[in-house]
Amino acid sequence: MTPEESRKAAEFFLRKIDEYIDHPVRFMEVCGTHTVAIFRSGIRQLLPEKVELVSGPGCPVCVTPNDYMDMAIAYAKEENNIIATFGDMLKVPGTTSSLIEANTRGADIRIIYSPLDALQMARDNPSRNIIFLGVGFETTAPLTAATIQAARQENIKNFFVLTSHKWTDAPVKALLSDDKVNVDGFLLPGHVCVITGEGPFSFVAEKYKKSAVVTGFEALDILQAVYMLAKQIHEKRAEIENAYKRVVKYNGNIIAQKAIMEVFDKTAATWRGFGLIEQSGMSIKDEYSEYDALKCIKGDKEISKENPACCCGDVLRGIIKPPQCPLFKKICTPDKPAGACMVSVEGACHAWYKYGQGRYHYGR
Amino acid sequence: MCLAVPAKIIEKNNMMATVDVEGIKRQISLMLLPDAQTGDFVLMHAGFAIQLIDKQEAEITTQLLKEVSLDDA
Ligand code: SF4
Ligand code: SF4
Repeated sequence: MTPEESRKAAEFFLRKIDEYIDHPVRFMEVCGTHTVAIFRSGIRQLLPEKVELVSGPGCPVCVTPNDYMDMAIAYAKEENNIIATFGDMLKVPGTTSSLIEANTRGADIRIIYSPLDALQMARDNPSRNIIFLGVGFETTAPLTAATIQAARQENIKNFFVLTSHKWTDAPVKALLSDDKVNVDGFLLPGHVCVITGEGPFSFVAEKYKKSAVVTGFEALDILQAVYMLAKQIHEKRAEIENAYKRVVKYNGNIIAQKAIMEVFDKTAATWRGFGLIEQSGMSIKDEYSEYDALKCIKGDKEISKENPACCCGDVLRGIIKPPQCPLFKKICTPDKPAGACMVSVEGACHAWYKYGQGRYHYGR
Repeated sequence: MCLAVPAKIIEKNNMMATVDVEGIKRQISLMLLPDAQTGDFVLMHAGFAIQLIDKQEAEITTQLLKEVSLDDA
């Protein structure tokens, strides 16, 4: 498409959205990558005032509780351990410190791009424990699962995973059954649905009668999805639709789903801001316990506490906007985040900090 | 963290593939997408191909958007 055609398509969507919506509505983007794309492209400012986009729980970094970080930090302190992690985890605050602080005190923490890099590290350092921080939703969990399977195939004994992998349907369910949360429709995370397909989110429409559209990350994808949500509302439908068919197949990636089911059990897990959610976490199955860091490696973990002043929980549920948190921009900044939502570039507070100009600054 | 990007497979070698991402070549795993072939566009995430990008669907979307933009403009 030429830029001119894209512009026309965008205009069309915006005009239709305005036409279809006759009362204030709130749509939640579940995924933090959407949050960032929305800010970058200025979609919030383009939409009519009656259509509000709120950020949801969609960043694994943001929902990682202190307890997990404290365990990772405890592991990092042991000389024989190497922590292998995606870069976003470095600054996530634990109860009293972070991985980056452990790093400056000499811990061996290495940033990797793929879990397979951690496996390579294990081959290269046979006398040390490589502990991979397995964080992420259904998009990332199958990669960890496949890496564990590869480790078994090769009989690698010094590769371990500290898992905090999570399912994304669980918090959406929790949100929908919370009276304080008021959302009329959802933008579903495209890259999660690449793996899961549309099925796991069907409850949104069936049980809760809310509209939802799977979408990608280009500005036009997102506008198209908001348009489809508006159209559903106008026509009083509540369905799961897909605006990202070029990569999201109805059934997702079955091999990846199998890899997850083969390696992980569904367990209760703690989400920063939400607390414990049943059936929302992935723990390593007993058959693979030799790769489970928690079962194989001791660590001297401090007693974990969440910072009571941090409002990440309300931000992640769309109850308040980041500037309404008393710590926002004062104590909590991307350089020194107090809560996890400020850490990752996909975090709602980080996005507001970086891009939060526009009408929200004028009292809305 | 779930940032995934399109890549083109230029060489397949068992469960690994060499892909081109905007001119940069990388090695990725096909463990989760074993049927991908040389020439296919795939969505790549953290060192793995996770799905085929459906050219036809991509074209349908583009076509749809074109039509939409012409609608009573
Ligand atoms: S990591 Fe990031 S992309 Fe993946 S779900 Fe999150 S926010 Fe979306
Ligand atoms: S500003 Fe900081 S402390 Fe407040 S909600 Fe955001 S991340 Fe949490």
